[in-house]
Amino acid sequence: MNGIGITLRALHDGERDLETDLLAVAERHRTEHEVHHVATDVARWSREHAARLAALGPDHGVELSGPRDHTAPGALTALREKAAQALGRRQETGLLLLDDLRDLHLAAARNSLHWEMLAQTAQATRDRALLDLATDCHPQTLRQMRWTNTMIKVLSPQLLVSV
Amino acid sequence: MDRTPDRIANPWGARTPYAPGEPWPVRTDLHLADGVTEEDVERWVPSASILHSNGDAMDIAVRAGRIVGVRGRAGDRVNRGRLGPKDLYGWQANHSRDRLTRPLVRENGRLVETDWDTAMDRVVSRTRALLDDRGPGSVGFYTSGQLFLEEYYTLSVLAHAGVRTNHLDGNTRLCTATAAEALKESFGSDGQPGSYEDIDHADTIALFGHNMAETQTVLWTRVLDRLEGSDPPRLLCVDPRYTPVARRADIHLAPRPGTNVALLNALLHEIIRTGRTDRAYLDAHTVGYDELAAGVEHCTPRWAAEICDVPAAEIERAADLLGDARRLTSTVLQGVYQSHQASAAAVQVNNLHLIRGMLGRPGCGLMQMNGQPTAQNTRECGADGDLPGFRNWQNDRHVAELAEIWNVEPDGIPHYGPPTHAMQMFRYAEQGSLRMLWISGTNPAVSLPELGRIRSILAQERLFVVVQDLFLTETAQLADVVLPAATWGEKTGAFTNADRTVHLSEKAVDPPGEARADLDIFLDFAARMDFRDKDGGPLIPWSDPQGAFAAWQRCSAGRPCDYTGLSYDKLRGGGIQWPCTEDAPDGTARLYTDGFDHAHPDRCESYGKDMVTGSPVTPVEYRSLNPDGKAVIKAAEYLPPHEDASPEYPLQLITGRTVHHFHTRTKTGRAPELNAAAPDVWAEISPAEAAAQGLADGDLVQVTTPRGALRARLRTVAIRDGVVFVPFHYGYWDTPAGHRPPDGLPGRAANETTITDWDPLSKQPLFKTAAARVTLVARRGTHEQRATDDARTGKTA
Repeated sequence: MNGIGITLRALHDGERDLETDLLAVAERHRTEHEVHHVATDVARWSREHAARLAALGPDHGVELSGPRDHTAPGALTALREKAAQALGRRQETGLLLLDDLRDLHLAAARNSLHWEMLAQTAQATRDRALLDLATDCHPQTLRQMRWTNTMIKVLSPQLLVSV
Repeated sequence: MDRTPDRIANPWGARTPYAPGEPWPVRTDLHLADGVTEEDVERWVPSASILHSNGDAMDIAVRAGRIVGVRGRAGDRVNRGRLGPKDLYGWQANHSRDRLTRPLVRENGRLVETDWDTAMDRVVSRTRALLDDRGPGSVGFYTSGQLFLEEYYTLSVLAHAGVRTNHLDGNTRLCTATAAEALKESFGSDGQPGSYEDIDHADTIALFGHNMAETQTVLWTRVLDRLEGSDPPRLLCVDPRYTPVARRADIHLAPRPGTNVALLNALLHEIIRTGRTDRAYLDAHTVGYDELAAGVEHCTPRWAAEICDVPAAEIERAADLLGDARRLTSTVLQGVYQSHQASAAAVQVNNLHLIRGMLGRPGCGLMQMNGQPTAQNTRECGADGDLPGFRNWQNDRHVAELAEIWNVEPDGIPHYGPPTHAMQMFRYAEQGSLRMLWISGTNPAVSLPELGRIRSILAQERLFVVVQDLFLTETAQLADVVLPAATWGEKTGAFTNADRTVHLSEKAVDPPGEARADLDIFLDFAARMDFRDKDGGPLIPWSDPQGAFAAWQRCSAGRPCDYTGLSYDKLRGGGIQWPCTEDAPDGTARLYTDGFDHAHPDRCESYGKDMVTGSPVTPVEYRSLNPDGKAVIKAAEYLPPHEDASPEYPLQLITGRTVHHFHTRTKTGRAPELNAAAPDVWAEISPAEAAAQGLADGDLVQVTTPRGALRARLRTVAIRDGVVFVPFHYGYWDTPAGHRPPDGLPGRAANETTITDWDPLSKQPLFKTAAARVTLVARRGTHEQRATDDARTGKTA
């Protein structure tokens, strides 16, 4: 496994984690409706990225598992939703939301840098398949970053002043 | 003349057929109170309709200080004398005995009558205390789509530069925010491209999620008159219901709710595949076509057929209809705006016109419709939170210009982020950071999604709620202070319809009791708050409608919505379309006849947003994408709806309107003919779906979603299988419980069941994408059903 393989693995794991984190934030902040719905929408991109990275892995000598299985919403999810609803009336929850958005942003930034490394290398080595993958996926990672940044921008003035 | 016809039975009245390119013939509609003739009328006072977005011009008949009827204005460009049922009968609500005539304040948990000084003192002292303790982010304003331009502009100035809050929105968020957003995305700025006259010239008319026959009856009359004339236009209808529009359509597509983007992408795919684009137009006037072509390459009719559950052959036929059109007029409304991926879908209709080069010419009309009569003014005056005059909050020069007009410092106008939309304001109130909400002319306790949640937010002790309205609405019953307002016919002001036509509506009679014009209430608040400009002068120096109009004219100068060529005097002669300037003294029929000036980076109202996340595009990105100011073609990928049918909730719920009512029935429910025509809520499903669920027409059923439930009488009608439709108008003011469902029983408001979800671009709530189940409560005509009905309506045997 060369550096490309190592980076593919790091990015694959990063996209898997980001999908999981986005869905967890969506659930935790169910009372922040836009965060809930859009986080769920953009988690789908990370899921697709992980799957496509896994499909390309063998070409670079790595076996990657692809996205995680999601179990159907169970008792634990229901409990988390209830907790989210109870917390949704408290102002401190606003700070928790900003923390979560910041962490999502940093995770997406990490993935973005890995896409950058792969895209650059793909161009240098004329690796068409890898370049196509990065060209398709990297813009969506940048949109995840832009979105988390926008939400922080919009919500901070209200949530920081009011606590 | 059509005198006192029964327009409940026939909402569209008699036909006056006409041929393409001919002027629409006049038909003057009139309705006067029983026993009153035209000779008895002492004065006719010019106005226009306030009960839908069409802007039908009329004269109000006055006798002995009372409104006694209405007559359509034959000379007006919008309606040529016609009026719809809500206009003919709705004026009677002005005289209702239960109008608010004195201010109310909450004492020991109960609302009691008081005087204006006491009520306004409470509002002002609470505002001051909150500004001192918590800052402007603790105060929000939620206004309407039914006030006048002068009132919105005054509210906009006092909120933006007086209170300095970013929390200002109108209920236009629920009806027309997506129209504004779609226009900003494609053309850089709000502003309706087309004109109603395009109906006269079109050879093809496409209605996307627009039940024009019920929401804009007079415009539909115009279409019917074309259909009955020589060389009629061909009609495409996209609607899951078999509406009166669908019945007249050459092609009716009834997609699954929530799949508009997939359907539109397939239509665009077909038009591109068959080479029916206007390459010269695209090159001259647009950017972004290649991305669209690449984005819809995989969106074949067969692909969309799977998602939308519409036969691929029908999609191909529809694409042929659109692709062969030489003069295509399209309209878009709530079936798109209130559904999943609202803005993304509305933008694809813009794209349809752009790739076919069908804009700015007679018959090539594109109309992103409005839902409410004065929604356009909410938008242009910035009462929806935007900066007035379609100015761009991300453009420092626009902010500086506004600061100069208001004589304030630029940093005194909040522009650190997009304005806070209504749904987010309610969220801030729920979460505790917003502590005062001033609601004028709207009824969120019936009109917003998930009413159990909305009621619990409004009822919070920590939230100070001011409601300014005509009646003790469901929302007013939850208020801390209630301010009695004057309405249409009792005050003077201008307003603008869905095709940019400005009308003047003059005061015909005095308001009841101590009720005051909304303008006077806002001016009183501004004076008591003593808002000042940077030189110590009054921030709001005007004191009457004419003064407010003049101030607005100055603010609009040089912007797309330029009013500088208008005056009250000029408007008395009939409606005029903005922009109206010295150079265009008769107004402007169509925008974008020659390019897209408003999209220039220096002029545009918005740099656009991400079509999935709603994140704003940066100024630098926009400038590099669109340096010369062309129309922007934006592709959108289809995303599955956020809530879909499941084994537990096997149906899709959509809410909507009926021809007899407006909004939450505060007026139409008090007009006897309109109320009698549709007195109570119902639910619609198809006969096949009813049979599958073991239900029959007339049964009392319960519609349940994860949020709540409502009970309604079942109507089996032609509608997609798997879909249940419920009109959203019905609340509780005319039931014993007053503002909520009866104890222990489901209510009748559709919004008990709707989901809290909104379009990430326009922030418009989605009322047409929820999962539901329908179950039997009682069979038609049984004792149980009658008993339940009586309990709901408060009747006793």
